[in-house]
Amino acid sequence: MYRLLLCTRYLRTRFIALASIISVMLGVATMIVVNSVMSGFSYEMRTRINGILADVDIETNSLNGEADAQQLMARARAVTGDRIEAISATVEVFGLLHFRRGGQWIPRPVTLVGIDPEAESKVSPLQGHLDSFRDIVEDGVVTRRKLRPEGASPNWELTDEALAYRTAWKERQRLFFQPTSSDVDPFDEQPAEQLMPEEPVFDSGEPRGTPNFDEISSEPQQLGTLATANAISAEKPGPAAGPANVTNQGFEWVSQDDDGSQKIIQTSATQEAELAGSDRGADDPFQNLMVPDELIEADAAGNTESDVDAPLHGRLYIGAGLVEILREDPRTGGVQLERMVHPGDDVKISTVSAGSPPEPRHFFATVVDVYKSGMSEYDANLVFCNLEYLQEMRGMIDPQSGKGAVTTLKIRLKDYEDAPDVVRSLQNAFPPHLFTVRTWEQKQGPLLAAVDIEAAILNVLLFLIIAVAGFGILAIFYMIVVEKTRDIGILKALGASSRGVMTIFLSYGLALGLVGSGVGAVLGLLFVRYINEIEALLAIIMGRKVFDERIYYFPSIPTQVNAFMVISVALGAIVIAVLASVLPARRASRLHPVQALRYE
Amino acid sequence: MPAFPQPSTNDASTRHLSAVAIEKVYMKGQHRIPVLRGVEMHAHRGEFLSIVGQSGSGKSTLLHLMGLLDQPTVGEVRLRCEGADGAPTETLRVDNLPPATRDVIRNRVFGFIFQFYHLLPELNVLENVLAPLMIRDSAMKYWKNRREYRDQANAIIEQVELSHRLKHRPSELSGGEMQRAAIARALVARPEILLADEPTGNLDAQTGRGIMDLLCSLNEDHGLTIVMVTHDDAIAEQSHRIVRLANGNVERLEKAAA
Ligand SMILES: Nc1ncnc2c1ncn2[C@@H]1O[C@H](COP(=O)(O)OP(=O)(O)OP(=O)(O)O)[C@@H](O)[C@H]1O
Ligand SMILES: [Mg+2]
Repeated sequence: MYRLLLCTRYLRTRFIALASIISVMLGVATMIVVNSVMSGFSYEMRTRINGILADVDIETNSLNGEADAQQLMARARAVTGDRIEAISATVEVFGLLHFRRGGQWIPRPVTLVGIDPEAESKVSPLQGHLDSFRDIVEDGVVTRRKLRPEGASPNWELTDEALAYRTAWKERQRLFFQPTSSDVDPFDEQPAEQLMPEEPVFDSGEPRGTPNFDEISSEPQQLGTLATANAISAEKPGPAAGPANVTNQGFEWVSQDDDGSQKIIQTSATQEAELAGSDRGADDPFQNLMVPDELIEADAAGNTESDVDAPLHGRLYIGAGLVEILREDPRTGGVQLERMVHPGDDVKISTVSAGSPPEPRHFFATVVDVYKSGMSEYDANLVFCNLEYLQEMRGMIDPQSGKGAVTTLKIRLKDYEDAPDVVRSLQNAFPPHLFTVRTWEQKQGPLLAAVDIEAAILNVLLFLIIAVAGFGILAIFYMIVVEKTRDIGILKALGASSRGVMTIFLSYGLALGLVGSGVGAVLGLLFVRYINEIEALLAIIMGRKVFDERIYYFPSIPTQVNAFMVISVALGAIVIAVLASVLPARRASRLHPVQALRYE
Repeated sequence: MPAFPQPSTNDASTRHLSAVAIEKVYMKGQHRIPVLRGVEMHAHRGEFLSIVGQSGSGKSTLLHLMGLLDQPTVGEVRLRCEGADGAPTETLRVDNLPPATRDVIRNRVFGFIFQFYHLLPELNVLENVLAPLMIRDSAMKYWKNRREYRDQANAIIEQVELSHRLKHRPSELSGGEMQRAAIARALVARPEILLADEPTGNLDAQTGRGIMDLLCSLNEDHGLTIVMVTHDDAIAEQSHRIVRLANGNVERLEKAAA
């Protein structure tokens, strides 16, 4: 009884004990907050990565891909039974994205993914990541409604807004754009003056590019009647682009319509010219891409003369991170996200062809949508392209069968629990020297492991903080024991046992730990609960956002409270507090009563 | 001088607490510091015994040994135990008992009073007085008996005339009040023997006299055996018998009046 009484009395009358309570409390609270935020981030990240990636990927080891996608899919389905929900056959290849900004072409290294949006959206929630399918919310206010009807599935059609933007942009270009010598194409190493012929030139750029450059240059006659507007045929090989040594400075495409009448397919040429920013023509390999007749035919059908602004055949979803930059507003000082490319714009894509040796391929494509998953790693890297077009551009279509090759099969499972099993059977079915079969977790192994290790290290460090608090308790308890030496003697004179005296100090430590970790846990949980409000308050006090969602991609700070974590942290703190009080308590219990009584 | 049927110091049957050939040697590094050299002393039941001697003569040391706060280097401490429930009364050696047993004996048989009162500063007067009972019982048992104990404590506090200071902390009391609280604490567990180490040493003469009167009346009214250490001969005069310590030995100076 006296133990309890004295213990609580010491607790109440010793302010120094408050210090150790606070240190325990802060330690526990910090650990809970940090852990919750860390696991919130980690959880969010995992769900996002999982949302972007398919459950299981089968990748060919070569860039050429495997010719028969259907057969591959059938094989995958055959070996896994009915555990597969959906498969999407894609082409994945590295590439370069170029977009115009301020009169310059800005290149970005990208991963080019040729997809069929229909199939892809069954494998990963593509739709939720596309800008036009989402409301845009700023500061809790919807600033733009979604542009696509409810329930629409992703496709390569431009939204009305994008088309309107495109038309306006084209219009502006037509009205104001004057070619200047400073406007140099990234592929163009020739001095600008040389590239500026006196006469107006018509470029032959086609919305529909050719699958193979060599084919074009070797058989230009096949491509319909060529009405050269310019006689100059300077043999200027394209610099980097070896195969782009098409000789014509500029020309018009004239194609034979069904009725026999000639039709000048100038539309896309103009378009290309504008896009490229000048009519330099021949030196730009893009402008000389020639296409077989039938393709032009198809084009002509699609793009009537009046429809000069029609989007190109190459269609893209580009990652937001590729085209967004944070810019400080000089007036307000605030940071603003500026998007440099909008749906409706045309951009250039460079990649390599299939086959060996791989050869450079370039084409223009129209941006259909902006892809934003919230994972900067993907948003700043991925460009989705229409599968057939990419296959065509890379020469992956078998001229005989007409089947396009694919490099990657993305698989969604009915139940992700099956993943290890499925991977095993797929690995047996797809020889490892040709294919790599991995779950998304294996694919992201290093990243996920890094996050886990980060969390583990942080936990160790934070636990050290509590250990430091423990040493604080030790020191403070020693002090209290020394201060209480006389009282310990009195208690012993009154008949208290050594064990009883020890219990006083042990339970004192326990009480400190309990109160400290209890209050700490409550504090930590409250902090976690109101972390976004606290962040807002801090933002007001400091005059700037602490957690900028545009940088971190999360609308609010994600947290995830794990009951087990909270309990183990609290228990750990209590154990440390008790352990820290063991030494002083033993010292107290071993005090000789007489010595304690003589102590003044 | 209170009338006390002066027993013969050799009458073994009335011996209550005895120090038998006690030697106490402190070790200071390699040096042996003998403080007591074969002290033989008996306190009889109901006796008010004073131990006097010069400062440093080992009075406190002897008292601590007899109160089982310390163990003698050589010799025995004997306690006459009233056989409860018909058990025979016998004299037992108590200094070599296991610590837990000595703790219990300290709690039940002895009451201590110190020169510097030694109250627990965190507890108020009532709680200080109740401390021995709290130490005796487990929390459960104490809680069950708390009314009874409280009444007991209140009665004793009334006896030492401190009822108006129940809720005061020791720091809010005068020296005399603190000593009276300490006496109440020593008595609350109904001890058989009261060991007092210079109970008046820190008090003015008037207050000291009050304390002495209290001790004398306790001795007379309740037959409490009291062993008191003092270096004030005037105070010692009020006891039945005086034992003088010098050079670690007893200088037997029976009172002239006896
Ligand atoms: N732990 C110890 N180690 C060494 N010597 C000690 C120790 N405790 C006490 N002494 C010595 O024993 C002697 C007796 O001390 P004690 O306190 O019993 O004297 P005392 O008679 O009570 O004196 P006073 O009247 O001043 O209280 C002293 O000389 C003291 O120095
Ligand atoms: Mg002394």
